[in-house]
Amino acid sequence: MILVLVEVSPAGEAVETSREAVTFARDLSAAGGGVPIDAVVVGEPDDALVKTLATYGVRRIHALTGAAYDAYSGAAWAAGLMAVREKAGSVVVMAAGTSRGNEVLAHVGARTGLPMAANAISFHGLSPFTVTRQVVGGAALEEMQLAQRPAIFSVAGHAVEAKPADAPADGELVLETPEVADADLVARVVSTDEPEPDLSGALKSARVVVGAGRGAGSADGFDDLLELADLLEAPLGVSRVVTSLGWRPHHEQVGQTGSRISPDLYIPCGISGAIQHWAGCSSAKAILAINNDPDAPMVTKATHAVIGDLHEIIPAINAEIRRRRGA
Amino acid sequence: MVSPLVCVKRVVDSSSEVVLTEDAQGVDGRFAGFTMSAHEECAVELAVQVAAAEGGQAAVMTLGDADAVEQLRAALAVGCTSATHVVADSQGFGPADVAREIAAVVRDHEAAGTPHQLVLLGNDAADSGDFQVGIRLAYELGWPVVNGVSNVSVADGEVTASGSGPDGHETFRLPLPAVVTVLEGGVQPRYPTVPGRMKAKKAPVEERQPVATPAGPSRLRLVLPPPSASSVQVLGKGPEAAPAVVDLFEQLGVLP
Ligand SMILES: Cc1cc2nc3c(=O)[nH]c(=O)nc-3n(C[C@H](O)[C@H](O)[C@H](O)COP(=O)(O)OP(=O)(O)OC[C@H]3O[C@@H](n4cnc5c(N)ncnc54)[C@H](O)[C@@H]3O)c2cc1C
Repeated sequence: MILVLVEVSPAGEAVETSREAVTFARDLSAAGGGVPIDAVVVGEPDDALVKTLATYGVRRIHALTGAAYDAYSGAAWAAGLMAVREKAGSVVVMAAGTSRGNEVLAHVGARTGLPMAANAISFHGLSPFTVTRQVVGGAALEEMQLAQRPAIFSVAGHAVEAKPADAPADGELVLETPEVADADLVARVVSTDEPEPDLSGALKSARVVVGAGRGAGSADGFDDLLELADLLEAPLGVSRVVTSLGWRPHHEQVGQTGSRISPDLYIPCGISGAIQHWAGCSSAKAILAINNDPDAPMVTKATHAVIGDLHEIIPAINAEIRRRRGA
Repeated sequence: MVSPLVCVKRVVDSSSEVVLTEDAQGVDGRFAGFTMSAHEECAVELAVQVAAAEGGQAAVMTLGDADAVEQLRAALAVGCTSATHVVADSQGFGPADVAREIAAVVRDHEAAGTPHQLVLLGNDAADSGDFQVGIRLAYELGWPVVNGVSNVSVADGEVTASGSGPDGHETFRLPLPAVVTVLEGGVQPRYPTVPGRMKAKKAPVEERQPVATPAGPSRLRLVLPPPSASSVQVLGKGPEAAPAVVDLFEQLGVLP
């Protein structure tokens, strides 16, 4: 059996990266001759969630319930996941490569003394079981063997597209209350502040993002870029150089150590396209790079480009938008 | 008094092109140069801040080849006051091996009368991206661990650590001793001053050998992703391209 930790949003839905992980699990199951897939969720899921997971081919949904799971603790989630795995006897324990997913699996790895592969994008072979995973922020790939059982790995975001199964499963719900040792509850969340409005959340879900890098020139060089963002009702996303220099706040950073975005259109202006930045924007459907260097990686990887000084190009675009609107 | 230990790793500066070593086991840094990960730069800063607030000393350690002393000196230059270098080729060490070596340093320092009540690490290394050394270290030591936080403070024998989680800004409070892994973004690493750099150059570095033979990572090989052929459509040069850009916006239906 393949056991997938599925993360649930505050609204009670399976998050997209977890649905991607279940989709990945289905490919693995098919290659293994139809090994069943079970999911572990924390808290009692509603009917809609059980139904969604069933449409993704999940046979059984194990819900970890009880006071031990009320506040997040990586060790407690791992204890619960392992208790389910011991009972059900899975050969694979996997999750989405999110902060939670990687953390909980690392606990499982430490508890079992087995290796864990973070951010797999595909599996390479079944015996011995080998995954290909992203390293160096996606600039290189590693083939890693997970020969022992359970094989523990996370799935990199957007490595596969989340898709329901051709034939849904029955999706039986099983409530579980595995015991959690006090030691596993020592490092748990004591408080959660609501995310400040319109911080990186807006960036991650935006249809259009205006990007700004070192090419903006200074903290005062963003006026035209912000105006373009305003005209397109888009948030601003920036490169790390911009946040390191203190020109813009960190929550606007796009990249390996910032937000991963997947808009319909990303407009990186004065951003070179270093691999760590690319890691955060490569899922954009279209990219319009504005850069004075025609050979910048961002330009060569983009779908569209304008070559030149952004401080001349952006005001012209803003003026053109206003002109067409008759303003 | 709390004297944290911060763990750093010498990694290839991958902001330029990534080249693999001939045996495909690592990234060749001969042309790109080396650095420490952004998360670790922030962990160093937090260690220095905690030490200053608690009247303790911040110690830094690394496991790496002889050249990794450069990253130790970088940490010494911004306020760490002692350094330990486990001299070994880190490529042969998997996350469990590294955790065991860090635990040995923690235990030996405690035995020598300079205990660390707090160990800070980067959430994941910029090269191997394993996400596990901190957690495996916590299990080695039998200490609690929190991951991926960007602010850390210590008071009354407790660590308060916070960072952004899936449901908002999360705060953890846990008793010392503890392990904390840091994500960049909460603090601004300071730049070394000239006197800081001078002092770091001369500071003694404790050199030691690994306590055990590494079992190695479960790596078969590294490969580079296939280069994607450029299919960029250049809409024009300079401000004259503006109408073509707005045409594109209209075509994609992104103009509100
Ligand atoms: C562990 C690690 C994690 C990292 N995480 C991230 C991350 O999450 N996000 C991130 O962005 N980076 C990250 N980085 C940094 C990354 O490697 C690059 O240094 C950074 O993305 C470069 O930012 P930039 O493109 O704005 O600046 P530069 O690389 O300096 O590029 C500036 C670009 O602007 C162009 N330009 C300059 N002036 C103009 C002008 N007037 N008009 C038009 N174009 C102009 C130049 O041609 C150039 O292409 C990380 C690095 C490491 C080591």
